[in-house]
Amino acid sequence: MKQVLEFEKPVIALREKIAELKTFTKESDLDLTEEIVKLETRLEKLENDIYTNLKPWDRVQMARHAERPTTLDYVEHLFTDFLEFHGDRYYGDDAAIVAGIAKYKGRPVTIVGHQRGKTTKENIRRNFGMPHPEGFRKAARHMQQAAKFGRPIICFIDTKGAFPGRAAEERGQSEAIARNLMEMSGFEVPIICIVIGEGGSGGALALGVGDRLLMLENSTFSVISPEGAASILWKDGGKAKEAAEKLKITAPDLKELGVIDSIIPEIRGGAHRDLQAQAELVDQVITEQLLELEKLDKQVLLEQRWEKYSKIGSYAE
Amino acid sequence: MLKDFFSKKKHASKPNEEAKQDIPEGLMLKCSGCGKIYYREEMRKQLYVCPNCGHHHQLPSDERINSLFDEGSFTEYDTDLNTGNPLEFPSYLQKLEKDQLKTGLKEAVVTGEGTIGGYRTAFAVMDSRFRMASMGSVVGEKIARAIERARQADIPFIIFTASGGARMQEGALSLMQMAKTSAAVQRFRDAGGLMISVMTNPTYGGVSASFASLGDYNFAEPGALIGFAGRRVVEETIREKLPEDFQTAEFLLEHGQLDAVINRHDMKKYLTTILDIHQAGGNVS
Repeated sequence: MKQVLEFEKPVIALREKIAELKTFTKESDLDLTEEIVKLETRLEKLENDIYTNLKPWDRVQMARHAERPTTLDYVEHLFTDFLEFHGDRYYGDDAAIVAGIAKYKGRPVTIVGHQRGKTTKENIRRNFGMPHPEGFRKAARHMQQAAKFGRPIICFIDTKGAFPGRAAEERGQSEAIARNLMEMSGFEVPIICIVIGEGGSGGALALGVGDRLLMLENSTFSVISPEGAASILWKDGGKAKEAAEKLKITAPDLKELGVIDSIIPEIRGGAHRDLQAQAELVDQVITEQLLELEKLDKQVLLEQRWEKYSKIGSYAE
Repeated sequence: MLKDFFSKKKHASKPNEEAKQDIPEGLMLKCSGCGKIYYREEMRKQLYVCPNCGHHHQLPSDERINSLFDEGSFTEYDTDLNTGNPLEFPSYLQKLEKDQLKTGLKEAVVTGEGTIGGYRTAFAVMDSRFRMASMGSVVGEKIARAIERARQADIPFIIFTASGGARMQEGALSLMQMAKTSAAVQRFRDAGGLMISVMTNPTYGGVSASFASLGDYNFAEPGALIGFAGRRVVEETIREKLPEDFQTAEFLLEHGQLDAVINRHDMKKYLTTILDIHQAGGNVS
């Protein structure tokens, strides 16, 4: 069953109407072609209106869409020879994060990403893409290896956040995230981080420190979920829509705030409409950014990375 | 005394709403550990550690500095950083002003340097009376700068943390302070710098998941609550009741996440011993 988002309903309704008329034309003597063409023009305009004026809350829904492409979807389309590796070597293997090596247009790379499921069963196995400390430590282990062997690192960010559970606390969720932030700032290889869905808080940032932080047009990146913010600010989780607007969590807002480097456009209607086409758009950007970063001397790379993060913030002297 | 109450002092130790339960206003104080009542002045002399049960109450940042630094040696860094309102959050700046008046502080962290037991040290102390010491741009910037200064001067960096977590009104800019401060720690570490983190009650969220956990040594005060997610959130997530001591310093020590739990009265001597063993920064006395 296809998931229909609230703001898309007029488009879906019109599309169904057109399909209906087409069937009708085919099955009866009545020629409705003229009517159909009219409606199709209207659909074109309607789609344009809706998808070019997405509100923050619309994007939140888009970012959470059940069929939205995940890390492994992009891996399949963008890389060759992908080998997934498991475990943090200390405690276990966290299925909420995938990591491995592959080739990107001939060059070796390390890939790390949050992984949520598309079905309930898979989501349970992957803990809805919400990592425990062992997930972040698995990521760290592979990134350390990337630095050792001089492979660029590509990170895909797609999580509601680090898992807030008892076991996670007992095993040092804070330390695991903190260590990733610190170490990622110092790896002497290019790091490209792409928010592909939801980028929630410290759990997202733990795969998000690098030379480039990019966002898909309809992804979100925030310090707290809109629901969480609403419940803290107004003691009303139902005001999530309002919080989504206030918090500035969309790609255009974050570009303006200087938090991200650039926005990767999405195909009309959202990434889930056509994975192949969307992967091509992501591909272009990775190639472009990687070529730029590969030219830089290690020291320059690290210096620029520090400059980038040390500048982020809003204050006056 | 009434006049003192109304006059605004620099570093005045007037507690905010939450701290009021912890350190009640006025002449007398009730220990939130054992309920015993003390003269405020007596408790202040005890660094707000209950003489009866040992409960560690919040210690205002200026008294923390006085309790650790050799007399008159502390000078403050970056006293002129002002918080902006990047998301144009309604009433954010007014809330800051209110806390400024209440605490005499400009923001939730005081940074600077001085000597501890004769050893020159860069320092930061977060003060939870100010916006629960949540991490906004100014907090992140001041801490990152203090670490950078320690790196440039080749002296140790000691931080006393406390925080409710992110400064929500600054959105993702608050989140990115985790990356900024952690990157500063990495540079300091690469340069061979010594960093000591002492977590005080409470240390949560983005602060716990960045510099607070990144010391060469991570300590905590007795009974301090430390964690990534708050107790209530965890209980709601796993739908079970958590043990009484969950996320206390002692709980963390038992789970291998701290080097030691240090009593406030022993703190200066303890830190001096570490500085001495490291011989970092040299003896300037």
